[in-house]
Amino acid sequence: MRKKIPQSHLLFFLFCSIILMPEIPAAAEFTSDVSVEGRGFFHSPVYPEQRRNNGSLAVNAEFYHEFSSGSSFIVTPFFRLDSADDKRTHADVREANFLYLAESWEMRVGIGKVFWGATEFVHLVDIINQTDLVEALDGEEKLGQPMIHLSIPRDWGTVDGFILPWFRERTYAGKKGRLRFAVPVDTDKAKYESGSEENHLDFALRYSHTLRDMDVGLYHFLGTSRDPVLIPEQNGSGRIILIPYYEQIGQTGLDLQFVAGNWLWKGEAFYRSGMGRSFAATTFGFEYTIVGIAETAMDLGLISEYVFDDRDVGRSPIVYDHDVMLGLRLAVNDADSTELLLGLIRDLKMSSKIITLEASRRMGENVKVNLEGSFFVDISKKDPSYGLAEDDFVKLEVTYYF
Amino acid sequence: MRFFLLFFMCLLFCYPAGCFGESPEEKGLDIALEADLRDAGFMDFTADMLMVLRNKHGRESKREIRIRTFEVENDGDKSLLIFDTPRDVKGTAFLSFSHKVGDDDQWLYLPALKRVKRISSRNKSGSFMGSEFAYEDIASLEVEKYTYTFLREETYEGRDCFVNGSYPVDLKNSGYTRLVSWRDKDEYRLWKVEYYDRKNTHLKTLTFKDYEQYLGKYWRAADMEMVNHQNGKSTKLLWTNYQFKTGLTDRNFDKNSLKRAK
Repeated sequence: MRKKIPQSHLLFFLFCSIILMPEIPAAAEFTSDVSVEGRGFFHSPVYPEQRRNNGSLAVNAEFYHEFSSGSSFIVTPFFRLDSADDKRTHADVREANFLYLAESWEMRVGIGKVFWGATEFVHLVDIINQTDLVEALDGEEKLGQPMIHLSIPRDWGTVDGFILPWFRERTYAGKKGRLRFAVPVDTDKAKYESGSEENHLDFALRYSHTLRDMDVGLYHFLGTSRDPVLIPEQNGSGRIILIPYYEQIGQTGLDLQFVAGNWLWKGEAFYRSGMGRSFAATTFGFEYTIVGIAETAMDLGLISEYVFDDRDVGRSPIVYDHDVMLGLRLAVNDADSTELLLGLIRDLKMSSKIITLEASRRMGENVKVNLEGSFFVDISKKDPSYGLAEDDFVKLEVTYYF
Repeated sequence: MRFFLLFFMCLLFCYPAGCFGESPEEKGLDIALEADLRDAGFMDFTADMLMVLRNKHGRESKREIRIRTFEVENDGDKSLLIFDTPRDVKGTAFLSFSHKVGDDDQWLYLPALKRVKRISSRNKSGSFMGSEFAYEDIASLEVEKYTYTFLREETYEGRDCFVNGSYPVDLKNSGYTRLVSWRDKDEYRLWKVEYYDRKNTHLKTLTFKDYEQYLGKYWRAADMEMVNHQNGKSTKLLWTNYQFKTGLTDRNFDKNSLKRAK
């Protein structure tokens, strides 16, 4: 069994949320969507226990109620069933919180989701929510995080304070799944630096402000690193496995978005101190949009970003340590919202290249079709992403919105 | 008699603000200023908008959008647009601070990622949500964003109208060389706008129908239709549930408000 948020804690949050509610929602809004996905891999798997292809079904639901005061209540459960990987079959409460809206502040209590950051390819400074890595490799899918979040907007900027009482462990593909490390991660054996393990109380304080052309955010986080060190160990049956080890860290992060005409400049950086040597990481770049290419209604965005991560790679290998990313984003601007995104990630130290393609369009009013592909080219044996070398795939996902 | 005529002509040329002495540019600007003045002081309004996109084969596609607008003294308005349909973009919100001078500030909120993205407002000529409306057509019409020339008086659908030419100040980023608009003389309401593209050919025509007056002052059309003459597509905006002076504040238009939008 993977460690989950203890049910008593979830119940406590739900209880808090309900007693804070000024009235019982009479007509909560309910929406949901179901998606069916097929992933086809071009090559046979390298590791014998892996299944070649997989099919999957996912459900998102949302109950939402807004009170006349502007305060609101939301619950959004998520569930995925996967044909190949039992670790990818998982459920989560993405959100279950009550938002209290006062005249000069607001507070969110419960399981919530928060995004910090500016760049398109790598999300370095985003730290409040744990990454649901079995969902997507891009790190954009997140697990719900229990929190008390106070936000105070002022003329001179917004101050956000967070108390994060329970920690969520990162999800990883299981033995049978593809898109995993060469050595599988055993999430059941996760270890913590803190004696209170996942009950460690984490804190974050963030200041953000908009200065006409610039959006800036600065924060400090104190608590359990969302980003585990993976330690190789021999398990009972003598096999080498990776064990996630969650350290206590202090991290200061900065994110910037700056608009200058058709140019959008974006940057993120953090400085982290913890058990190993302290280190910094940064990613920055631009997006330039050409409006109405070739006298059509289509817009073309050119994206270029760079990432540098100074962590001790001997201790915690990472995929993006010194990489450059190039992207092309085509918005067709038709009634079906057709979009295409082509990306290239090139490791500047090794030969490794990752090519990604994403295309999406709506069909009718309620159906969205997504086509995605990832190709791993010349992956170096020394690269931590070597486990992906034979995992070139194409994924088709059809989502129906109720 | 001749003396009298001479005197009268002197009066005509010397009297600076007299309507007879106004140049077409001055008169054009005066019409725009008067229309702006008549719509000033609304403080805020909210409304629901149904956007119907129609292609040249008659196929329709709908978007439901809720709109909140906040009047800012001495600068452009602040607007928040929240999408309800199509379902895959439900909860997406667009926040815009328009400015009398310089580029507007715009942010887009993507609910699946909980992400607020700054977007470039130089995409003026870009299509808004795949419709025949460009961003610059839906942005708040600040007087300072155009220069004007009064063209003529004309009867349009039974109403005496001023026909005014408007020329974008930001010619480099606008998709238009000029706009020609028909406003009635009684209430300064817009009834028709013709858009001329960068090659000065007639690109689109916007027509307004079913005007209603709110709080005894503010006129709003319930039906607006943009027809693109070059691609045969059209977009209709059907407005309902207009409410003025609802008590919105700056806080309803900050980045937190984007994340709260539902």
